Amino acid sequence: MNDAAASPIRGIEAIVVGASAGGVEALLGIFSELPNGFGLPIIAVLHLPDERRSQLAEVFARRLRIPVREAQDKQSIEPGTLYFAGPGYHLSVEQDRSLSLSQEERVHHSRPSIDFLFTSAADAYGPGLLAILLTGANQDGARGLAYVKQQHGTTVVQDPAEARVDVMPRAALALQTPDHILTLSRIGSLLVLLESSPC
Amino acid sequence: MEKSSDIELRLLIEAIYLKYSYDFRDYSGASVKRRVAHAMRQFDCATISALQERVLHDPAAFMQLLQFLTIPVSEMFRDPSHFLAIRQEVVPLLKTYPSIKIWIAGCSTGEEVYSMAILLREEGLLERTIIYATDINPASLDKAKQGIFSLENVRAYTTNYQQAGGQRSFADYYTAAYDYAIFDKTLRENVTFADHSLATDSVFSETQLISCRNVLIYFNKKLQDRAFGLFHESLCHRGFLVLGSKETLDFSGYNKHFEPLVKQERIYRKS
Ligand SMILES: C[S@@+](CC[C@H](N)C(=O)[O-])C[C@H]1O[C@@H](n2cnc3c(N)ncnc32)[C@H](O)[C@@H]1O
Repeated sequence: MNDAAASPIRGIEAIVVGASAGGVEALLGIFSELPNGFGLPIIAVLHLPDERRSQLAEVFARRLRIPVREAQDKQSIEPGTLYFAGPGYHLSVEQDRSLSLSQEERVHHSRPSIDFLFTSAADAYGPGLLAILLTGANQDGARGLAYVKQQHGTTVVQDPAEARVDVMPRAALALQTPDHILTLSRIGSLLVLLESSPC
Repeated sequence: MEKSSDIELRLLIEAIYLKYSYDFRDYSGASVKRRVAHAMRQFDCATISALQERVLHDPAAFMQLLQFLTIPVSEMFRDPSHFLAIRQEVVPLLKTYPSIKIWIAGCSTGEEVYSMAILLREEGLLERTIIYATDINPASLDKAKQGIFSLENVRAYTTNYQQAGGQRSFADYYTAAYDYAIFDKTLRENVTFADHSLATDSVFSETQLISCRNVLIYFNKKLQDRAFGLFHESLCHRGFLVLGSKETLDFSGYNKHFEPLVKQERIYRKS
């Protein structure tokens, strides 16, 4: 139905996003245009200091048109909903496409870990996964993104020239060439163009 | 077509079950997969099949693998507000029972057991309480029986204890020796440590309170329901069930059989 811009990324069933330093602004940037009724689930890990309760879901719920939740253990993934990993627990996607939490050791000093989310989501969605890695000050996410690619998912890295902190996108680029290197505004438009098509 | 590594993983889990009766078949798959990958690196095995061969023929290697498959992280008075809620909301009701049985399922290295015992002592309930502390990891249970924790961690636990409504000086409960804190052994006089699996064993006693924290997140829904079934069967009429801060009955069929007492702190009551 749409033009060529959308065609390389048909068949997407779910989106995962990872970011750390500078991540709140970056995520608001890419999600702000999402319409009410957007059809795909989005699962995000944003590194934050461990506190018992994170305000992320509330902050984003106020600013976005799609429903936003903190991910709960064994929750089924609903289309059109943005899930945030809460602090202190790793977030994974299970084969039956539900969410699960765990407290294994930290990865690159982080829990939740972007690598864990991306890897498990790639196992669950395979070619149906779109993974996006944004600004950040550590290397979490780079290996997960490479694994998404291996499982034939689509990968996007924020243009490091634009990133608030470019360590995370550069680590990803050093490991593997993603399908797209884009600015936040281009990522935002890409998301709006996505439509789920059954495979 | 299934990936070879996924086939190998299922075979490993099956082999462990057949050979050692430890049942990881209904654990959350993503975490098990990572734990096995981690173990492969530690065992220097290039494939899961190689790891399977090792553990199938060497019980000591299996015991080592078990340390990777179970996730022993714990703290004393973990989530202080949770223990505060037990003190304020549950203890007054527990006091109405002439004798109390508590089951701490998945007690790991014992931090939760000693926390509960300290709380009960301060509330004057420890003498009439029996605590069953169970886990599937024998190495963790051995550690739990000793009640020796690193002094460095005890500093963080002290803050937790105070935030959890602790009434004394935390140092009253242990003696420091070198880098360790040796906890008062009278705290575990009424504690029975036992090997028990929520995946394969059945109920062993009627209880008034069950605490199962940060164990169920490692189970899939089916196994969670098995565990909830055991808890429901073991708890007396109006007994208490307390879960970890990220665990909930919301997605289980058992939510009908329990009502939240302090929802925020995951404290439920059999209805
Ligand atoms: C993360 S620890 C939780 C320790 C403590 N309850 C706490 O919250 O601090 C999880 C424990 O569950 C135990 N476990 C795993 N599977 C189990 C099963 N099937 N039955 C009983 N315990 C199990 C593990 O051996 C581990 O010690």
